[in-house]
Amino acid sequence: MQKRTVLGYRRENGRVGVRNHVIILPVDDISNAACEAVANNIKGTLALPHAYGRLQFGEDLDLHFRTMIGTGSNPNVAAVVVIGIESGWTQRIVDGIAKTGKPVTGFWIEGKGDIQTIADASRQAKEYAQWASELQRTECGLEELYISVKCGESDTTTGLSSCPTVGNVIDKHCALGGIASFGETSELTGAEHIVAAKAANDEVRKEFFEAFEDYTKLVFDQKTNDLSESQPTKGNIAGGLTTIEEKALGNVEKLGKKTKFVGCLKPAAAPDKPGLWFMDTSSAAAEAVTLWAASGAVVHLFPTGQGNVIGNPIEPVIKLSGNPKTVKHMSEHIDLDVSKILQGEMTLDEAGDALLDLIVRTANGRLTAAEALGHREFVMTKLYRSA
Amino acid sequence: MIHFLVHDAADNVGVAVVDLEPGTECVGRNLADNSALTARAEQSIPLGHKLALKDFVVGDTAIKYGCEIGRLVQPVKAGQHVHTHNLKTKRWA
Repeated sequence: MQKRTVLGYRRENGRVGVRNHVIILPVDDISNAACEAVANNIKGTLALPHAYGRLQFGEDLDLHFRTMIGTGSNPNVAAVVVIGIESGWTQRIVDGIAKTGKPVTGFWIEGKGDIQTIADASRQAKEYAQWASELQRTECGLEELYISVKCGESDTTTGLSSCPTVGNVIDKHCALGGIASFGETSELTGAEHIVAAKAANDEVRKEFFEAFEDYTKLVFDQKTNDLSESQPTKGNIAGGLTTIEEKALGNVEKLGKKTKFVGCLKPAAAPDKPGLWFMDTSSAAAEAVTLWAASGAVVHLFPTGQGNVIGNPIEPVIKLSGNPKTVKHMSEHIDLDVSKILQGEMTLDEAGDALLDLIVRTANGRLTAAEALGHREFVMTKLYRSA
Repeated sequence: MIHFLVHDAADNVGVAVVDLEPGTECVGRNLADNSALTARAEQSIPLGHKLALKDFVVGDTAIKYGCEIGRLVQPVKAGQHVHTHNLKTKRWA
Protein backbone atom coordinates (compact mmCIF):
# COMPACT_ATOMS: atom_id res chain seq x y z
CA MET A 1 0.00 0.00 0.00
CA GLN A 2 1.19 3.47 -0.90
CA LYS A 3 2.56 5.45 2.05
CA ARG A 4 1.88 9.15 1.82
CA THR A 5 3.59 11.99 3.63
CA VAL A 6 2.25 15.40 4.60
CA LEU A 7 3.77 18.70 5.70
CA GLY A 8 2.41 19.10 9.21
CA TYR A 9 3.15 20.86 12.47
CA ARG A 10 4.74 18.53 14.99
CA ARG A 11 3.68 19.81 18.41
CA GLU A 12 5.53 19.75 21.73
CA ASN A 13 3.96 16.38 22.66
CA GLY A 14 4.87 14.78 19.32
CA ARG A 15 1.37 14.91 17.84
CA VAL A 16 0.92 16.16 14.28
CA GLY A 17 -1.41 19.00 13.32
CA VAL A 18 -2.25 20.44 9.90
CA ARG A 19 -3.34 23.95 10.93
CA ASN A 20 -1.60 26.49 13.14
CA HIS A 21 -4.37 28.27 15.01
CA VAL A 22 -3.92 30.65 17.91
CA ILE A 23 -7.26 30.45 19.68
CA ILE A 24 -8.96 32.73 22.20
CA LEU A 25 -11.05 30.32 24.24
CA PRO A 26 -13.92 31.47 26.48
CA VAL A 27 -14.49 29.35 29.59
CA ASP A 28 -18.12 30.48 29.66
CA ASP A 29 -20.79 32.31 27.69
CA ILE A 30 -20.25 35.63 29.46
CA SER A 31 -16.58 35.73 28.40
CA ASN A 32 -17.41 35.53 24.71
CA ALA A 33 -17.40 39.32 24.30
CA ALA A 34 -13.88 39.68 25.72
CA CYS A 35 -12.59 36.80 23.57
CA GLU A 36 -14.10 38.26 20.41
CA ALA A 37 -12.59 41.66 21.25
CA VAL A 38 -9.11 40.10 21.63
CA ALA A 39 -9.46 38.20 18.35
CA ASN A 40 -10.52 41.46 16.70
CA ASN A 41 -7.48 43.25 18.12
CA ILE A 42 -4.90 40.62 17.17
CA LYS A 43 -4.88 39.42 13.57
CA GLY A 44 -4.33 35.75 13.00
CA THR A 45 -6.15 34.69 16.16
CA LEU A 46 -9.53 33.06 16.40
CA ALA A 47 -12.19 33.37 19.13
CA LEU A 48 -14.44 30.37 19.79
CA PRO A 49 -17.63 31.79 21.32
CA HIS A 50 -20.10 29.26 22.72
CA ALA A 51 -23.25 29.11 24.80
CA TYR A 52 -22.26 27.29 27.99
CA GLY A 53 -19.93 27.02 30.98
CA ARG A 54 -21.97 28.28 33.92
CA LEU A 55 -23.55 26.21 36.70
CA GLN A 56 -23.07 22.93 34.88
CA PHE A 57 -22.53 19.91 37.10
CA GLY A 58 -21.78 16.20 37.12
CA GLU A 59 -21.14 14.40 33.84
CA ASP A 60 -22.25 17.48 31.88
CA LEU A 61 -19.58 19.60 33.57
CA ASP A 62 -16.98 16.88 32.95
CA LEU A 63 -17.88 17.03 29.26
CA HIS A 64 -17.59 20.83 29.29
CA PHE A 65 -14.05 20.67 30.67
CA ARG A 66 -13.11 17.79 28.34
CA THR A 67 -14.33 19.79 25.35
CA MET A 68 -12.56 23.00 26.41
CA ILE A 69 -9.27 21.33 27.32
CA GLY A 70 -9.42 19.02 24.31
CA THR A 71 -10.06 21.87 21.89
CA GLY A 72 -7.06 23.78 23.23
CA SER A 73 -4.95 20.61 23.18
CA ASN A 74 -5.75 19.76 19.53
CA PRO A 75 -2.54 19.54 17.44
CA ASN A 76 -4.04 22.01 14.95
CA VAL A 77 -3.73 24.63 17.70
CA ALA A 78 -0.35 26.30 18.28
CA ALA A 79 -1.18 28.39 21.35
CA VAL A 80 -4.17 29.34 23.49
CA VAL A 81 -5.43 32.34 25.43
CA VAL A 82 -8.17 31.29 27.86
CA ILE A 83 -10.58 33.88 29.27
CA GLY A 84 -13.20 33.19 31.94
CA ILE A 85 -15.27 35.19 34.38
CA GLU A 86 -13.31 33.86 37.38
CA SER A 87 -9.96 32.24 38.07
CA GLY A 88 -10.90 28.73 39.26
CA TRP A 89 -12.37 27.12 36.17
CA THR A 90 -10.15 29.26 33.91
CA GLN A 91 -7.01 27.90 35.58
CA ARG A 92 -8.37 24.34 35.44
CA ILE A 93 -8.64 24.63 31.65
CA VAL A 94 -5.22 26.31 31.35
CA ASP A 95 -3.64 23.51 33.40
CA GLY A 96 -5.33 20.86 31.26
CA ILE A 97 -4.08 22.37 28.00
CA ALA A 98 -0.60 23.00 29.46
CA LYS A 99 -0.07 19.22 29.77
CA THR A 100 0.50 19.17 26.00
CA GLY A 101 3.48 21.50 26.49
CA LYS A 102 2.01 24.17 24.22
CA PRO A 103 1.92 27.86 25.24
CA VAL A 104 -1.29 28.74 27.12
CA THR A 105 -2.24 31.60 29.44
CA GLY A 106 -5.47 32.33 31.31
CA PHE A 107 -7.13 35.65 32.14
CA TRP A 108 -10.22 36.35 34.24
CA ILE A 109 -12.58 39.26 34.24
CA GLU A 110 -13.80 39.58 37.86
CA GLY A 111 -11.94 42.35 39.71
CA LYS A 112 -10.68 43.97 36.50
CA GLY A 113 -13.54 44.26 34.06
CA ASP A 114 -13.65 43.51 30.34
CA ILE A 115 -11.48 46.42 29.15
CA GLN A 116 -8.39 45.67 31.27
CA THR A 117 -8.78 41.92 30.64
CA ILE A 118 -8.99 42.50 26.90
CA ALA A 119 -5.87 44.67 27.01
CA ASP A 120 -3.86 42.12 29.01
CA ALA A 121 -5.06 39.15 26.94
CA SER A 122 -4.43 41.02 23.68
CA ARG A 123 -0.78 41.58 24.59
CA GLN A 124 -0.36 37.84 25.24
CA ALA A 125 -2.29 36.90 22.10
CA LYS A 126 0.00 39.14 20.02
CA GLU A 127 3.06 37.37 21.38
CA TYR A 128 1.53 33.96 20.57
CA ALA A 129 0.41 34.99 17.07
CA GLN A 130 3.89 36.22 16.16
CA TRP A 131 5.55 33.15 17.69
CA ALA A 132 3.19 30.76 15.90
CA SER A 133 3.72 32.54 12.58
CA GLU A 134 7.35 31.40 12.60
CA LEU A 135 6.62 27.70 13.19
CA GLN A 136 7.55 25.61 10.15
CA ARG A 137 5.82 22.60 8.65
CA THR A 138 7.87 19.40 8.59
CA GLU A 139 7.44 16.09 6.77
CA CYS A 140 5.21 13.66 8.70
CA GLY A 141 3.49 10.40 7.81
CA LEU A 142 -0.14 10.64 6.74
CA GLU A 143 -0.81 7.81 9.20
CA GLU A 144 0.17 10.20 12.01
CA LEU A 145 -3.00 12.21 11.40
CA TYR A 146 -6.06 11.45 13.52
CA ILE A 147 -9.04 11.46 11.14
CA SER A 148 -12.70 11.73 12.16
CA VAL A 149 -15.61 10.72 9.92
CA LYS A 150 -19.29 11.65 9.88
CA CYS A 151 -21.79 12.19 7.07
CA GLY A 152 -24.60 14.74 6.91
CA GLU A 153 -27.69 15.57 4.89
CA SER A 154 -27.24 12.05 3.64
CA ASP A 155 -29.29 10.52 0.89
CA THR A 156 -29.19 7.18 -0.86
CA THR A 157 -26.15 8.28 -2.89
CA THR A 158 -24.05 8.57 0.28
CA GLY A 159 -24.57 4.88 1.02
CA LEU A 160 -23.74 4.04 -2.61
CA SER A 161 -20.69 6.26 -3.11
CA SER A 162 -19.35 8.86 -0.67
CA CYS A 163 -19.66 6.79 2.54
CA PRO A 164 -17.98 3.67 1.09
CA THR A 165 -15.27 5.98 -0.34
CA VAL A 166 -14.57 7.09 3.23
CA GLY A 167 -14.68 3.42 4.27
CA ASN A 168 -11.99 2.66 1.70
CA VAL A 169 -9.82 5.42 3.23
CA ILE A 170 -10.46 4.10 6.76
CA ASP A 171 -9.29 0.63 5.68
CA LYS A 172 -6.11 2.05 4.11
CA HIS A 173 -5.40 4.56 6.91
CA CYS A 174 -5.88 2.11 9.78
CA ALA A 175 -3.90 -0.65 8.00
CA LEU A 176 -0.92 1.73 8.09
CA GLY A 177 -1.34 2.40 11.82
CA GLY A 178 -3.48 5.53 11.60
CA ILE A 179 -6.06 6.72 14.14
CA ALA A 180 -9.66 7.35 13.12
CA SER A 181 -13.05 7.74 14.79
CA PHE A 182 -16.71 7.36 13.87
CA GLY A 183 -19.83 7.93 16.00
CA GLU A 184 -23.43 9.17 15.49
CA THR A 185 -24.80 6.76 18.09
CA SER A 186 -28.54 7.08 17.42
CA GLU A 187 -27.96 7.02 13.69
CA LEU A 188 -26.63 3.47 13.86
CA THR A 189 -30.18 2.24 14.62
CA GLY A 190 -30.94 -0.58 12.21
CA ALA A 191 -27.26 -1.22 11.51
CA GLU A 192 -26.08 -1.78 15.09
CA HIS A 193 -25.54 -5.48 14.33
CA ILE A 194 -23.11 -4.52 11.55
CA VAL A 195 -21.20 -2.18 13.87
CA ALA A 196 -21.15 -4.80 16.63
CA ALA A 197 -19.65 -7.34 14.22
CA LYS A 198 -16.80 -4.90 13.59
CA ALA A 199 -15.82 -4.65 17.28
CA ALA A 200 -12.28 -5.91 17.86
CA ASN A 201 -13.35 -8.04 20.83
CA ASP A 202 -16.27 -8.84 23.15
CA GLU A 203 -15.38 -6.13 25.65
CA VAL A 204 -15.43 -3.42 22.96
CA ARG A 205 -18.70 -4.86 21.62
CA LYS A 206 -20.26 -4.73 25.09
CA GLU A 207 -19.14 -1.12 25.59
CA PHE A 208 -20.58 -0.20 22.20
CA PHE A 209 -23.95 -1.75 23.01
CA GLU A 210 -24.05 0.04 26.39
CA ALA A 211 -23.57 3.41 24.68
CA PHE A 212 -26.03 2.51 21.93
CA GLU A 213 -28.74 1.33 24.32
CA ASP A 214 -28.25 4.35 26.54
CA TYR A 215 -28.78 6.69 23.56
CA THR A 216 -31.77 4.65 22.35
CA LYS A 217 -33.32 5.01 25.81
CA LEU A 218 -32.83 8.78 25.61
CA VAL A 219 -34.63 8.87 22.25
CA PHE A 220 -37.51 6.76 23.56
CA ASP A 221 -37.77 8.72 26.83
CA GLN A 222 -37.94 12.08 25.05
CA LYS A 223 -39.69 11.35 21.77
CA THR A 224 -43.26 12.46 21.15
CA ASN A 225 -43.69 10.64 17.83
CA ASP A 226 -41.73 8.27 15.55
CA LEU A 227 -39.08 11.00 15.00
CA SER A 228 -40.01 11.12 11.32
CA GLU A 229 -39.84 14.93 11.61
CA SER A 230 -36.17 14.79 12.72
CA GLN A 231 -34.56 11.44 11.87
CA PRO A 232 -34.36 11.05 8.90
CA THR A 233 -34.17 14.83 8.35
CA LYS A 234 -36.27 16.62 5.77
CA GLY A 235 -33.15 16.74 3.59
CA ASN A 236 -32.57 13.00 3.95
CA ILE A 237 -36.17 12.35 2.88
CA ALA A 238 -35.93 14.73 -0.08
CA GLY A 239 -32.90 12.69 -1.13
CA GLY A 240 -34.82 9.42 -1.00
CA LEU A 241 -33.99 8.04 2.46
CA THR A 242 -37.18 6.79 4.12
CA THR A 243 -36.35 5.31 7.54
CA ILE A 244 -33.68 5.47 10.24
CA GLU A 245 -32.70 1.88 9.39
CA GLU A 246 -32.01 2.77 5.77
CA LYS A 247 -30.05 5.86 6.82
CA ALA A 248 -27.97 3.86 9.31
CA LEU A 249 -27.09 1.16 6.78
CA GLY A 250 -25.67 3.84 4.47
CA ASN A 251 -23.93 5.56 7.37
CA VAL A 252 -21.95 2.48 8.43
CA GLU A 253 -20.46 2.14 4.94
CA LYS A 254 -17.96 4.69 6.30
CA LEU A 255 -16.49 2.06 8.62
CA GLY A 256 -14.75 0.22 5.82
CA LYS A 257 -14.83 -3.43 4.84
CA LYS A 258 -11.87 -4.81 6.81
CA THR A 259 -11.24 -2.55 9.79
CA LYS A 260 -12.27 -3.57 13.30
CA PHE A 261 -12.78 -0.83 15.88
CA VAL A 262 -10.50 -1.05 18.88
CA GLY A 263 -12.40 0.88 21.54
CA CYS A 264 -15.25 3.15 22.60
CA LEU A 265 -14.77 6.79 23.58
CA LYS A 266 -16.91 9.06 25.71
CA PRO A 267 -17.79 12.29 23.88
CA ALA A 268 -14.64 14.42 23.34
CA ALA A 269 -12.34 11.78 24.90
CA ALA A 270 -9.00 11.20 23.17
CA PRO A 271 -8.02 7.80 21.72
CA ASP A 272 -4.84 6.40 23.32
CA LYS A 273 -3.70 3.98 20.63
CA PRO A 274 -3.87 3.58 16.82
CA GLY A 275 -6.89 2.12 15.07
CA LEU A 276 -10.55 2.95 14.51
CA TRP A 277 -12.57 4.15 17.53
CA PHE A 278 -16.28 4.54 18.18
CA MET A 279 -17.22 7.80 19.89
CA ASP A 280 -20.62 8.26 21.54
CA THR A 281 -21.86 11.41 19.75
CA SER A 282 -24.99 13.12 18.56
CA SER A 283 -25.71 12.77 14.86
CA ALA A 284 -26.02 16.55 14.46
CA ALA A 285 -23.04 17.57 12.36
CA ALA A 286 -21.70 20.62 14.17
CA GLU A 287 -22.06 19.04 17.62
CA ALA A 288 -20.36 15.84 16.55
CA VAL A 289 -17.43 17.43 14.69
CA THR A 290 -16.83 19.78 17.65
CA LEU A 291 -16.53 16.68 19.89
CA TRP A 292 -14.05 15.04 17.51
CA ALA A 293 -11.94 18.19 17.29
CA ALA A 294 -11.90 18.21 21.10
CA SER A 295 -10.72 14.59 21.06
CA GLY A 296 -7.73 15.60 18.93
CA ALA A 297 -8.87 14.84 15.37
CA VAL A 298 -7.04 17.03 12.85
CA VAL A 299 -8.93 16.26 9.61
CA HIS A 300 -12.62 15.43 9.20
CA LEU A 301 -14.08 13.50 6.25
CA PHE A 302 -17.70 14.48 5.58
CA PRO A 303 -19.75 12.65 2.96
CA THR A 304 -22.92 14.51 2.00
CA GLY A 305 -25.78 13.73 -0.34
CA GLN A 306 -28.09 16.74 -0.30
CA GLY A 307 -25.37 19.23 0.66
CA ASN A 308 -24.68 19.88 4.36
CA VAL A 309 -22.45 23.00 4.46
CA ILE A 310 -20.79 22.47 7.88
CA GLY A 311 -17.26 23.49 8.82
CA ASN A 312 -15.27 23.54 12.06
CA PRO A 313 -12.85 26.16 13.40
CA ILE A 314 -10.26 23.61 14.56
CA GLU A 315 -10.21 20.73 12.07
CA PRO A 316 -10.66 21.19 8.31
CA VAL A 317 -13.81 19.43 7.08
CA ILE A 318 -13.37 17.78 3.68
CA LYS A 319 -16.70 17.27 1.89
CA LEU A 320 -17.35 14.65 -0.72
CA SER A 321 -20.53 13.89 -2.57
CA GLY A 322 -21.72 11.29 -5.03
CA ASN A 323 -24.99 13.04 -5.83
CA PRO A 324 -24.54 14.52 -9.34
CA LYS A 325 -27.22 17.18 -8.69
CA THR A 326 -25.56 18.37 -5.46
CA VAL A 327 -22.13 18.38 -7.07
CA LYS A 328 -23.55 20.59 -9.84
CA HIS A 329 -25.82 22.91 -7.87
CA MET A 330 -23.75 23.28 -4.66
CA SER A 331 -20.31 22.97 -6.21
CA GLU A 332 -18.75 25.62 -3.94
CA HIS A 333 -19.27 23.31 -0.94
CA ILE A 334 -17.91 20.07 -2.40
CA ASP A 335 -14.20 19.25 -2.20
CA LEU A 336 -14.39 15.88 -3.97
CA ASP A 337 -16.90 14.69 -6.58
CA VAL A 338 -17.37 10.89 -6.49
CA SER A 339 -20.60 10.84 -8.52
CA LYS A 340 -18.98 8.76 -11.28
CA ILE A 341 -19.31 5.78 -8.92
CA LEU A 342 -23.07 5.73 -9.59
CA GLN A 343 -22.53 4.99 -13.27
CA GLY A 344 -19.74 2.48 -12.64
CA GLU A 345 -17.19 4.92 -14.11
CA MET A 346 -15.13 5.11 -10.89
CA THR A 347 -14.31 2.30 -8.46
CA LEU A 348 -14.38 2.71 -4.69
CA ASP A 349 -10.64 2.03 -4.65
CA GLU A 350 -10.03 4.88 -7.12
CA ALA A 351 -12.34 7.17 -5.14
CA GLY A 352 -10.53 6.25 -1.90
CA ASP A 353 -7.16 7.07 -3.43
CA ALA A 354 -8.52 10.39 -4.74
CA LEU A 355 -9.73 11.20 -1.22
CA LEU A 356 -6.36 10.25 0.31
CA ASP A 357 -4.64 12.57 -2.19
CA LEU A 358 -7.04 15.35 -1.19
CA ILE A 359 -6.36 14.72 2.51
CA VAL A 360 -2.65 15.20 1.75
CA ARG A 361 -3.29 18.47 -0.10
CA THR A 362 -5.58 19.67 2.71
CA ALA A 363 -3.05 18.70 5.36
CA ASN A 364 -0.36 20.56 3.41
CA GLY A 365 -2.42 23.72 3.65
CA ARG A 366 -5.06 23.74 0.91
CA LEU A 367 -8.19 25.40 2.26
CA THR A 368 -11.28 23.21 2.24
CA ALA A 369 -14.49 24.57 0.73
CA ALA A 370 -15.84 25.10 4.25
CA GLU A 371 -12.70 26.98 5.33
CA ALA A 372 -12.79 29.21 2.23
CA LEU A 373 -16.49 29.92 2.85
CA GLY A 374 -15.88 30.77 6.52
CA HIS A 375 -17.75 27.88 8.11
CA ARG A 376 -16.53 27.64 11.72
CA GLU A 377 -19.38 25.95 13.56
CA PHE A 378 -18.26 25.40 17.16
CA VAL A 379 -21.19 23.75 18.93
CA MET A 380 -20.73 22.24 22.35
CA THR A 381 -22.75 19.22 23.43
CA LYS A 382 -24.80 19.77 26.59
CA LEU A 383 -26.17 16.70 28.33
CA TYR A 384 -28.86 18.33 30.51
CA ARG A 385 -29.99 21.57 32.14
CA SER A 386 -27.62 23.52 34.40
CA ALA A 387 -28.18 23.73 38.15
CA MET B 1 -26.42 4.09 -18.83
CA ILE B 2 -27.29 2.61 -15.44
CA HIS B 3 -30.78 3.55 -14.18
CA PHE B 4 -30.74 1.89 -10.77
CA LEU B 5 -28.44 0.11 -8.32
CA VAL B 6 -28.97 -2.49 -5.61
CA HIS B 7 -26.56 -3.23 -2.77
CA ASP B 8 -27.23 -6.92 -2.24
CA ALA B 9 -28.84 -9.90 -4.00
CA ALA B 10 -31.52 -10.05 -1.28
CA ASP B 11 -32.64 -6.44 -1.89
CA ASN B 12 -36.25 -5.98 -3.00
CA VAL B 13 -35.90 -2.25 -3.66
CA GLY B 14 -33.42 -0.51 -5.96
CA VAL B 15 -32.09 3.07 -5.96
CA ALA B 16 -32.65 5.24 -9.03
CA VAL B 17 -29.36 6.87 -10.01
CA VAL B 18 -31.01 9.03 -12.68
CA ASP B 19 -34.49 10.58 -12.72
CA LEU B 20 -36.91 7.90 -13.96
CA GLU B 21 -40.11 8.57 -15.91
CA PRO B 22 -43.09 6.18 -16.02
CA GLY B 23 -42.49 3.54 -18.67
CA THR B 24 -38.70 3.71 -18.55
CA GLU B 25 -37.21 0.27 -19.24
CA CYS B 26 -34.43 0.35 -16.64
CA VAL B 27 -30.97 -1.18 -16.62
CA GLY B 28 -29.73 -1.97 -13.14
CA ARG B 29 -26.65 -3.34 -11.49
CA ASN B 30 -26.10 -5.33 -8.30
CA LEU B 31 -23.06 -3.81 -6.57
CA ALA B 32 -22.34 -7.01 -4.63
CA ASP B 33 -21.52 -9.14 -7.69
CA ASN B 34 -21.77 -6.59 -10.55
CA SER B 35 -24.59 -8.61 -12.15
CA ALA B 36 -27.07 -6.94 -14.51
CA LEU B 37 -30.75 -6.37 -13.60
CA THR B 38 -33.78 -5.01 -15.41
CA ALA B 39 -36.98 -3.32 -14.23
CA ARG B 40 -39.69 -1.07 -15.62
CA ALA B 41 -40.48 2.20 -13.83
CA GLU B 42 -44.24 2.59 -13.42
CA GLN B 43 -44.08 6.01 -11.75
CA SER B 44 -41.81 9.07 -11.75
CA ILE B 45 -38.93 8.25 -9.42
CA PRO B 46 -36.36 10.98 -8.75
CA LEU B 47 -32.63 10.26 -8.59
CA GLY B 48 -31.84 8.74 -5.19
CA HIS B 49 -35.37 7.47 -4.57
CA LYS B 50 -36.37 3.82 -4.37
CA LEU B 51 -38.00 1.61 -6.96
CA ALA B 52 -39.95 -1.52 -5.92
CA LEU B 53 -38.43 -4.63 -7.50
CA LYS B 54 -41.43 -6.84 -6.58
CA ASP B 55 -45.08 -6.53 -5.60
CA PHE B 56 -45.53 -5.83 -1.88
CA VAL B 57 -48.56 -6.24 0.35
CA VAL B 58 -49.16 -4.34 3.59
CA GLY B 59 -46.89 -5.69 6.33
CA ASP B 60 -44.12 -6.84 3.98
CA THR B 61 -40.55 -5.87 4.80
CA ALA B 62 -38.40 -3.79 2.46
CA ILE B 63 -34.84 -5.10 2.15
CA LYS B 64 -31.84 -2.96 1.17
CA TYR B 65 -28.13 -3.68 1.84
CA GLY B 66 -29.48 -7.20 2.51
CA CYS B 67 -31.07 -5.80 5.71
CA GLU B 68 -34.53 -4.68 6.85
CA ILE B 69 -35.23 -0.99 6.27
CA GLY B 70 -38.90 -0.90 7.31
CA ARG B 71 -42.41 -2.24 6.75
CA LEU B 72 -44.81 -1.45 3.92
CA VAL B 73 -48.01 0.29 5.07
CA GLN B 74 -49.56 0.44 1.57
CA PRO B 75 -49.60 -2.15 -1.20
CA VAL B 76 -46.90 -1.42 -3.79
CA LYS B 77 -46.46 -2.88 -7.29
CA ALA B 78 -43.10 -3.61 -8.89
CA GLY B 79 -41.80 -0.45 -10.58
CA GLN B 80 -43.55 1.93 -8.19
CA HIS B 81 -41.99 4.54 -5.91
CA VAL B 82 -41.20 3.33 -2.38
CA HIS B 83 -40.89 6.16 0.15
CA THR B 84 -42.43 7.73 3.25
CA HIS B 85 -45.99 7.43 1.86
CA ASN B 86 -45.83 3.62 1.87
CA LEU B 87 -42.80 2.59 3.99
CA LYS B 88 -42.34 3.16 7.75
CA THR B 89 -39.60 2.45 10.29
CA LYS B 90 -39.88 -0.67 12.43
CA ARG B 91 -37.58 0.81 15.04
CA TRP B 92 -38.88 4.13 16.31
CA ALA B 93 -42.58 3.61 15.67
